[in-house]
Amino acid sequence: MKHLIFAAGLLGATAAVADTPELTVYTYDSFVSDWGPGPQVEEAFEAVCGCDLKLVGIEDGAALLARIKLEGANSDADIVLGLDTNLISAAKETGLFAEHSVSADYDLPINWADPVFVPFDWGYFAFVHNADMDAPDSLKALAESDTKILIQDPRSSTPGLGLLMWVKAAYGDDAPAIWSALSDNVVTVTKGWSEAYGLFLEGEADMVLSYTTSPAYHLIAEEDDSKAAATFSEGHYMQVEVAGKLAGSDQPELADQFLQFMVADAFQSIIPTTNWMYPAVTPESGLPDGFDTLVTPAQSLLMSPDEAAAARDGALNEWLDALSQ
Amino acid sequence: MAGRAQPVSAWPGTSAAITLAVLILGTLTAVALRAETGAGLGRAEWAAIRFTLIQAALSGLISVTIAIPVARALARRRFRGRRILIALLGVPFILPVIIAVLGLLEVFGRAGWISDALGLLGFEPIRIYGLHGVVLAHVFLNLPLATRLILQAWQEVPAERFRLAAQLGCDGRAMFWLIEWPMLRRILPGAFAVVFAICLTSFAVALTLGGGPRATTIELAIYQAFRFDFDLGRAALLSGVQLILTILAAALALWLATGTGFGKGLDRAVRRWDGANPVSRTADAAWIIAAALFLLLPLAAIVVSGLPNVLSLPSTVWSAALTSLLVAALSTCLLLLLALPMAFAIARGGRGIVELAGLLGLAASPLVIGTGLFIMIRPIADPFALALPVTALVNAITALPFALRVLVPTARDVVERYGKLGVSLNMAGLPFLRFVLLPRMRPQIGFAVGLAMALSMGDLGVITLFADPDIATLPLQIYRLMGAYRLDDAASASLLLLVLSIGVFWVLDRGGRRHAEA
Repeated sequence: MKHLIFAAGLLGATAAVADTPELTVYTYDSFVSDWGPGPQVEEAFEAVCGCDLKLVGIEDGAALLARIKLEGANSDADIVLGLDTNLISAAKETGLFAEHSVSADYDLPINWADPVFVPFDWGYFAFVHNADMDAPDSLKALAESDTKILIQDPRSSTPGLGLLMWVKAAYGDDAPAIWSALSDNVVTVTKGWSEAYGLFLEGEADMVLSYTTSPAYHLIAEEDDSKAAATFSEGHYMQVEVAGKLAGSDQPELADQFLQFMVADAFQSIIPTTNWMYPAVTPESGLPDGFDTLVTPAQSLLMSPDEAAAARDGALNEWLDALSQ
Repeated sequence: MAGRAQPVSAWPGTSAAITLAVLILGTLTAVALRAETGAGLGRAEWAAIRFTLIQAALSGLISVTIAIPVARALARRRFRGRRILIALLGVPFILPVIIAVLGLLEVFGRAGWISDALGLLGFEPIRIYGLHGVVLAHVFLNLPLATRLILQAWQEVPAERFRLAAQLGCDGRAMFWLIEWPMLRRILPGAFAVVFAICLTSFAVALTLGGGPRATTIELAIYQAFRFDFDLGRAALLSGVQLILTILAAALALWLATGTGFGKGLDRAVRRWDGANPVSRTADAAWIIAAALFLLLPLAAIVVSGLPNVLSLPSTVWSAALTSLLVAALSTCLLLLLALPMAFAIARGGRGIVELAGLLGLAASPLVIGTGLFIMIRPIADPFALALPVTALVNAITALPFALRVLVPTARDVVERYGKLGVSLNMAGLPFLRFVLLPRMRPQIGFAVGLAMALSMGDLGVITLFADPDIATLPLQIYRLMGAYRLDDAASASLLLLVLSIGVFWVLDRGGRRHAEA
């Protein structure tokens, strides 16, 4: 063990380059994968910053925040990219993040004025189904129907938590009633998005909790228009993904530069067809072909970070009670 | 045992066990010490503990119970393709769980093959989700291990015993009570304890097949404590509960596993004179066919969905496969360094504590080990630079209990039978290892090494906690493909993983066998 650490430490030391400044960005794993935005973002930013952009992938948003909490004030990260509004309150509570200096004209369905976190993309949660299916038109209609759905566990998955907030934002104190009506629709609950989506594609259920942008992947990447997202009359809960700068960063100016770059065209035009979300600032070239076919909910639902943090534990208990019957 | 001359010394094994215990308890302590909020176990946690115990006990019992007739049938019959069948039957155990679940659901799911067939006949699709689904999945994943462990014990009964029993005119029933039952009593508790311990830390399988939060296991509660509440104290506490439950189960198993071995014969091929009648021939055939269908159909589903894209897989998947092979090789070396000395120490007798230490790796939550290692390594080195060695180490620790179960019975027999002779010939220590112990344990070492390497290939492990975008193992790459909607490529990459895992297992397991009997 000791020798291994020693040997690997040596390797690590010789590989480090001393001259060019290094900006370390912690993000979720699917961002850095070969099919995510990571590789293109790295190339685009390195072309303008004269620096080395080091992207580090850590599972998902919740794991990302847990990692920052573990590392505390002497974290190696300069930027954390990939938290969402449900995690913002907890992230601010750590006191580890610094205010940003970014100004941008966001194309978000809501007003964004957070002094610490900068949004880089967003989407609506939605139930995705096969296009030939006659989908329910509201959460309530879904709960009353015998349509089978796959959802994710809010304790281990961001979309799962999103659905919890969706029902809470739409129904408030009546949320438990909706959940108990939904409980016989739920085929199963999975650990993460991938498992649920995989099961859906195998035909295990009629609908799966995902995003309104999911059909765009099938349409653009696979030329397959057989998937659609259902619009619900209660409105759709949003996920806004954000990045923030750490107060303990040793590259504060480079970090500011990255955040400003993040809302500019070069970064934003990469997002739609790699992260399959809407860009926070629509690039000049517009959205890629195919995005115009996506459904647009009439009403956007989103709790403020403080509301979300206050509602979370109660909503989880309601969910557990309704689905454990 | 003190004072009696022994052919092998105990200190290397004892120190390996102590290293292991320190590592696992150390990571747990590291996590506990970082805890800011203190919280006890609430109603939800107790419900999780209860559910975990029930499903793990049922999964263990059913896996072991079914494994007995299957192993007996495989031990008694010789047929064309038997060896390859045994190798294939072992595959579900080494699959990454997400792949196994997808394959299983393609057969048993709402839209699976069985439901489709039932639909043609006008029946409702089968309902897989629930406690029975969890147990079904765990039996699918662990029946192979239980069968292999029991089959191995069966094959270690010297041929002379069966010959003598046949000469004395024993029928099948008498043969069972005289030879097979004492052998089973020795092996079954340990096999049960291993399967029980594996199912104790189940998370994704239990949740998905369990159909919802009713199926919350301790591991999910740990995950929640970490990710949802960032309550490290509760995570450490729950992980401690997992450890204690495993240790209790293992202690019980050690206590129950009584009886001595059968000694050694002349290593000739086993021939069975019982079971030649048509009834037992049919029964054996039925067991083998049923087990093969149950275990191989989901594998066939994986092959079918993976085949179309396997040649057009992106190059990064191939390089990930290479990385996985390297990690697995390193992991296997580490495993041997731990497992062999520990097995020898246990073989000397009276080392229950070493055996218990071996099980710790299985019981500890991977999330807690990974996080604990991260906390421990970070002050002295860059955890990301160490991603691969750390993954290899954790994989080795996870494979250790299986390796010990494979190695210990033989090591014990060899030391019992040849130990005194070795000492009297003044060849204790290295010469005994080199000329007696290691050569006689070659098949077991081959099996253990093959198992460890295949397990390491398929394990997502702790790499997600340390991931570097430029270094990915094959399981991580499969998860990334799935996360990027590329389910078809993920299916093909899974097929590649399947083939590689079977390949390394086959080569190493075969390499260990001297005679054609296997």
